[in-house]
Amino acid sequence: MTAVAGLLIRRPRIGRHQSSWPVWLVLALVFGASWIVVNGAGGDFVTTRNLQNIALRSVALGLVAIGQTLVVLAGSLDMSVAYTVSMSAIATSVVMDGRPDRMVLGVAAALAVGAAVGLTNGLVIAGLGVNAFIATFGVSLIVRGALNATFDNVAGSVPAGFQTLGYGAVGGIPVGVLLLAGVVAAAWYLMHRARFGYHVYAVGGNLESARLSGISTLRVLVAVHVLCGVCAALSGVFLASRLGAGSPWVGPQGGYDLESIAAVVLGGVALGGGRGRLLGTIGSVLMLAVVDSVFNHFEANSFLRTLVRGVIIVGAVALYARRGDRAQQPPS
Amino acid sequence: MTTVARRRPRAPRSPRGAFRSAVRSATRAVRGIAPIWLILAAAVALVVWRDPAFAEPHSLMAFLKRGAPLIILALGQLFVIVAGDLDLSVGALVTACVVIAARLGAGDPARTWWVICLLVAFGLLVGVVNGLVTAVLRVPSFITTLGTMLVLNGAVFLWTGGSPTGSLADNLRRLGRGSIPDVPVVGQLPYAVIAAALAVAVGYLLLRRTHFGSQIFATGGGPRTAWLSGVDTVRIRVGTFVVSALSGVAAAVLLAGFAGLSANAGDGYEFQAISAVVFGGAVLGGGRGRISAAVGGALTLLVLFTLLNLLGFAKPLRDTVQGFMIIGAAVFTAYRLRRPR
Repeated sequence: MTAVAGLLIRRPRIGRHQSSWPVWLVLALVFGASWIVVNGAGGDFVTTRNLQNIALRSVALGLVAIGQTLVVLAGSLDMSVAYTVSMSAIATSVVMDGRPDRMVLGVAAALAVGAAVGLTNGLVIAGLGVNAFIATFGVSLIVRGALNATFDNVAGSVPAGFQTLGYGAVGGIPVGVLLLAGVVAAAWYLMHRARFGYHVYAVGGNLESARLSGISTLRVLVAVHVLCGVCAALSGVFLASRLGAGSPWVGPQGGYDLESIAAVVLGGVALGGGRGRLLGTIGSVLMLAVVDSVFNHFEANSFLRTLVRGVIIVGAVALYARRGDRAQQPPS
Repeated sequence: MTTVARRRPRAPRSPRGAFRSAVRSATRAVRGIAPIWLILAAAVALVVWRDPAFAEPHSLMAFLKRGAPLIILALGQLFVIVAGDLDLSVGALVTACVVIAARLGAGDPARTWWVICLLVAFGLLVGVVNGLVTAVLRVPSFITTLGTMLVLNGAVFLWTGGSPTGSLADNLRRLGRGSIPDVPVVGQLPYAVIAAALAVAVGYLLLRRTHFGSQIFATGGGPRTAWLSGVDTVRIRVGTFVVSALSGVAAAVLLAGFAGLSANAGDGYEFQAISAVVFGGAVLGGGRGRISAAVGGALTLLVLFTLLNLLGFAKPLRDTVQGFMIIGAAVFTAYRLRRPR
């Protein structure tokens, strides 16, 4: 009850009305700092090539993170995205099998795979009342076992024409980035201009209140999980196009499950749901890509990158918790 | 409990009534057993059916020895889960401890006890940091321990340059590998099994027989209620993370014994421990969970792996079965909680 009261009275600017500008400000600062550091060391940070690389690096994680944002905003969690990425990448390349006439079919198969995994997640969580972490972790194990038992190597291949998605560019902007921008625009419309978005925030804010005010919480939860599965599948399609073929390890190797959740919370979305902005997630994905590119420039140890990433994530979330505390309840 | 006892039917008069009441009390007794034990019994029966040698004391002891780290980790994880949190960092902690023990011990038996003291101190530090960041800075434990996992993985590999060096001293390895010879009935009694039994006893006493234990349940059941009724929830949550981290150190010492030095010694253990606890009917979100059921969950997981091995399933299918099991267990627990009593 106090949570609801706090939502309505004490903090009017909350939830969907919270702005994502702090994330973008930090992104600008990080970008500026990287520019100075790299150029100070005799490099050149702002080249078309490097900017393209940063953008491309963000595409795969960005697509997954958008889906994850929807799920987290609805108060849920998806641990299965990494293997959804693998499974849809394999679906793409196996169905296409190097034949240009099967490109549409391959993409459709991948999206169907993603939607099916998302549907399973949503039904187990909302229909059977299982904790989201456990449900999606279980589904992830099932998919992982099935994938590793069936494929032990790179499977299938994509036609040369399909690799445009991974490598082509339109007017200097890589095609993958256009794909990401399109998905962001669609998700932004859905979350901030359509009724569905209100429902997602309501369900994430307080499931019981949302149900009592007439929202079909089951439908909303299943829908966000299906959308998350489809986003992960798009990422799988992109990776298949970039790598030329799908493999069981493409998703887990990228660590998309934990990385996407980290990107979401780094972007200011509360893990409990109902608070945060979609664009914050995109800002944090870009931020991670900029940091990565600096590490790459100095050819730094990738383990150092892991370490720094861990510190950044925990530190950022601690700052958010501070900020959120001020107007909220005393320590619990 | 007293109300239940009072409602028990009076002593039956006729022999038929006696039979009926015996059946009724038997069903009640079966219902009282956590379902995980029935599943475990069925799985063990299947394993013994496929491979009768499994039931022999020495192979049973070998099985328990291999299972000891998971049992200990599941117990530690149970504390954190009952308090309403989650500890994803134990796997990385196990790896870190094994690597540190090899690097600093350098195979010298004289250093072993210092190394163990150092590992315990390291575990304490990790647990306290996890707990303070979660409870004081109010970062969700999922994120805190994910961060700890990344930091530990990164730091250890940065320190060792990717491939761990040094070696594990013989007397350190004996803790995990060795056993007391010539014990009646079981033949050899591995130290690891003794350690697991000790951990179960300590865990039970701590969770069920101390104020700390009851306050963990209170914190997990409702942090605000617990806080208002005078429980220092910060201290309790830090305490549970310390218990979990120490269980990680204990598991690492055992694993160093029989698995040896490797850069992925603890890989996946955090998720296996969480699975074991969930099998045992604990609820993520806190307030529910039992020591015995967590041990049962860990044993079931291990027996199932053995069973799949015996049945000739490909190793990856272990994951699939674990996935179905974990969802099944969670669905069952959710159903039982929703059902009116």
